[in-house]
Amino acid sequence: MNNRSMAFWLFLTPVILALAIVVVIPFVYGFFYSFTDWNGLSATKFIGFEHYINLFQEKEFMNSIWFTIKFAVASVLLLNFFGLVLALIVTRNIKTNNLLRTVFFMPNLIGGLILGFIWQFIFVSVFGDIGDMLGAEGMQGWLSTTETGFWGLVILTSWQMAGYIMIIYIAYLENIPKELIEAAKIDGASSFQRFKNITFPLVAPAFTISMFLTLSTSFKIYDQNLSLTNGGPYNSTQMVAMEIVRTAFSDNQMSYAQAKAVIFFLIVAVVALTQVYYNKKREVEM
Amino acid sequence: MKNQEKKSLFSIEILGIILGLLWIAPFYLMVVNAFKTKRDIFSGVLGLPGTWEFENFVQAFIDLSFLKSLFNSVMITGLSVGIIIIFSSMAGYALARNKSKISGVLFFVFVAAMLIPFQSVMIPLVSMFGQADMLNAAGLIFMYLGFGCSLSIFLYHGAMTGVSKSLDEAAIIDGASRFQLFWKIIFPLLKPISVTVGILNVIWIWNDYLLPSLVLSEANATIPLKMFYFFGQYTKQWHLALAGLTIAIIPVIFGYFFAQKQIINGVSEGAVK
Repeated sequence: MNNRSMAFWLFLTPVILALAIVVVIPFVYGFFYSFTDWNGLSATKFIGFEHYINLFQEKEFMNSIWFTIKFAVASVLLLNFFGLVLALIVTRNIKTNNLLRTVFFMPNLIGGLILGFIWQFIFVSVFGDIGDMLGAEGMQGWLSTTETGFWGLVILTSWQMAGYIMIIYIAYLENIPKELIEAAKIDGASSFQRFKNITFPLVAPAFTISMFLTLSTSFKIYDQNLSLTNGGPYNSTQMVAMEIVRTAFSDNQMSYAQAKAVIFFLIVAVVALTQVYYNKKREVEM
Repeated sequence: MKNQEKKSLFSIEILGIILGLLWIAPFYLMVVNAFKTKRDIFSGVLGLPGTWEFENFVQAFIDLSFLKSLFNSVMITGLSVGIIIIFSSMAGYALARNKSKISGVLFFVFVAAMLIPFQSVMIPLVSMFGQADMLNAAGLIFMYLGFGCSLSIFLYHGAMTGVSKSLDEAAIIDGASRFQLFWKIIFPLLKPISVTVGILNVIWIWNDYLLPSLVLSEANATIPLKMFYFFGQYTKQWHLALAGLTIAIIPVIFGYFFAQKQIINGVSEGAVK
């Protein structure tokens, strides 16, 4: 199929049009608008870097960036820990392993919005009741402080996505040759030694994949944020994605929100490009 | 030696079961409390209901206009995913078979577009579609094609390496057009990857909230969108809110029950690539 042939272009036209209209053009326009006073319909003047200077001085925006970074780091660590533990359990020869895979994976199929609402009930009512029973003050009023709201979001995300990370680790764990483990057993290696010297090195690539995957997903989280804490108390648990939506559609500051969106793109792109770089490097080493 | 191993397997199994129970606890608590009266919830959330209150589900079902929301979700997800599969498979095929520079550049652009987060294009996108009077279901489906085609093309492009070029040549010699060749010979061979692409896109589009919330009116609301309005209406009335959430999850559990293996394989394939 050469590129002068009609067929080549006919096959590509629908997706080229869709990508251009839905992603490329809005992206380019958005970048341009972020330097103007655009109000969603028209722009009257070019204002240079004014929005960018303002947003770095806006407490709420900077706070949302820090909150998102802290959230991403905590979720990445917990998600990979749980993902690996769950994968190690269900790849052993136990009777319940298929049932457990089903259970651990299930939250992934349900939208973050719905799961956030369910966990709102857990954190508010169930935790409150357990706190009453145990006489533990710390169990009351989850989601009403920044600290507990933060951990609420981390717990929700870890619970939701650990099964997904588990699937990735399973793919690698099941590729480890059984003979290798058997040989090590015969040589008298303990199960800890086997994990440290055989399993862990062979699963290391999965760790890179999952780490970046979870990092970029946690950066972009919106639904869970909206339904679990709604950014409260006082916008202190508001993450960047939500901050952009609010600035645009609640405060109606379109071009200012777009400048935030450009910064958001740069952060996400840096994370993703670092991943590409590491993957390439690893492939070369292998 | 054997005995010790059995013991350690047994303790792993126990640990697995404990974690499994912990994992389904939120669903258990949701369902159990959805059957309680408001007063019942107030007096305790952990136990079973004193009387099983089916009334909650009836009211939630009506207030969610569940059949209508379900219909909207099925239509939007079904049409979007169908269109994504049709056009992405064609594009993946064309890009894989053409080794020219321009084909390489196009492929790169599609892959690079995956870097752009939704929030970075959302505002101009909504404004553009608003001005064109396209903030409706048709516009939404077109947007899903734009956002979904990159990953799908990438997956189809990868799968094309397993489809021999001699098939193309033989069919062309027999006088088939490119179009016939693709739909009659190549596309059926791509079925496994079509299943993966379909599953990944269904999970995403079915659960998507933000984009439909910016595009659809309440009359055309999908399940997540309707759930959001519904929940806002019933804050502090957990018995109704939880009944609504339970109803909203049922279609997903139903699908998972029937296609569990394909779903897990599809997700695994999509993630590792």
